[in-house]
Amino acid sequence: MRRWGPAAVLFAGGLAVWEAAVRIFNIKGFILPAPTAIAAAFEAEASDLFEAGWSTFTTALAGLAAGSAAAVLVSLAAARWRFIRDGAVPFAVAANSTPIIVLAPIANSWFGILSPAGSIFVVAVLVFFPVMINMVRGLLSADASQMELLDSYAARRGTVLRKLQLPTSGPYLFSAMKVAAALSLIGAIVKEFFGGPQARLGQYITTKAGLLQFEEAWAAIALASAFGMALYLLVVWIERRAIPWHISVRRA
Amino acid sequence: MTAVRLSGVDMVFNPGTGQEVKALAGIDLAVGQGEFVSLIGPSGCGKSTMLRLIGDLISPTVGAVAVNGKTPSAARIDRDYGMVFQSATLLEWRKIRANVELPLEIMETDKGERRERAEAMLELVGLADFADHYPWQLSGGMQQRVSIARALAFEPSILLMDEPFGALDEMTRERMQAELLRIWSETRTTVVFVTHSIPEAVFLSNRVVIMSPRPGRITRAVDIDLPQPRNRETREDQRFFELLTSVRDGLRAVEDM
Repeated sequence: MRRWGPAAVLFAGGLAVWEAAVRIFNIKGFILPAPTAIAAAFEAEASDLFEAGWSTFTTALAGLAAGSAAAVLVSLAAARWRFIRDGAVPFAVAANSTPIIVLAPIANSWFGILSPAGSIFVVAVLVFFPVMINMVRGLLSADASQMELLDSYAARRGTVLRKLQLPTSGPYLFSAMKVAAALSLIGAIVKEFFGGPQARLGQYITTKAGLLQFEEAWAAIALASAFGMALYLLVVWIERRAIPWHISVRRA
Repeated sequence: MTAVRLSGVDMVFNPGTGQEVKALAGIDLAVGQGEFVSLIGPSGCGKSTMLRLIGDLISPTVGAVAVNGKTPSAARIDRDYGMVFQSATLLEWRKIRANVELPLEIMETDKGERRERAEAMLELVGLADFADHYPWQLSGGMQQRVSIARALAFEPSILLMDEPFGALDEMTRERMQAELLRIWSETRTTVVFVTHSIPEAVFLSNRVVIMSPRPGRITRAVDIDLPQPRNRETREDQRFFELLTSVRDGLRAVEDM
């Protein structure tokens, strides 16, 4: 309670200031609706919002899982075989610095505008590169003397990978996954801006904004942030269980 | 029987390049089965290099290394070596017990025996109560004891120790030395021990090998005839001081060269 107290007070305070500012300065709804107005819209639209939000969220989650799983597999191969590393890593670094989200409209023509596969594909590609780059770095960052220790036991290459390199990469993987979690929701929503079924957050927001129903658009934005946080917390929850030994997780 | 033999060994790093370093030259050394030999000398004298040669982590440029009558690489594949480094090199995601079990796991010892061996080894180093702790919950001295337990767990015939107590405070260090001698007398393992501490070398060894730097050579060996078992009184023995002096003189002669 004491740990969360200050954050809760700050959050409530922020909302109060927002509400007061909108009322005092008479800010128009299409510029910035008051929190109470957004809450009212949220309540009225709850079932539509949740339907759209849930679809977007599960798409992001599927893309995140698929992209990360692929990244982990490629990383393992890259850590094991030098020629894969030398071939794939520079490409991954280059791909990681391009705005992959530009694939969104292309994905529509590949997978059909109504298919969730297009969104999952975009999200998966989006998260693939940062996860892979960090995972490869993690796999290769095993301590030199720990490597020598395993060598002194005449451990096989696969054993070293499994017992030393893989655990070493855990913290790297989870830092990448936290970034990727946020990225996945951004990817899913932006992809939906380019069309697709109505019952999706991206479509919902563009539609409502187009109709000047900004309270509803803001309600969707609030829901998107809630899902974003949920995704982040899910990664943290898994991290706590997967690497309880790590300094960022452990409690003395 | 000879456990370790180096004959006419030269070690050159980066040969033929601008960064060529002659680390060892003309090394001849034989270590008997069950013997405790320390390598001592100023930094850069190649004592760690020598240990790594014996342990097959590197190969000599010239000369031959034999371990239990085999090549070092055959000895490594036969799991003849227990290595202890200056840092404990515990795997931080494994609890203490699992760290000690690591070599046994890699050697595919079955689970029950693994567990038994680990218990026994932790008992031996006095850490049985810490089996379920993580490494970071232990002090530096305790972590180093775990790494010794781990090195002994699979009963290697040769223990290679590279300044294992270098990072410990003086009192912990002396306690660890006594502990190591007790373990050595119980297991009768051959030990090659690298250190830069004169009292440590004299207290622990049957023989202290003195080395000079650039390139690393063996300049002298001092037989340590202190009686076993050695204990606190040994450190106050007249003979202990005489041997300290003779090792120190040997190292001084190196400096004056």
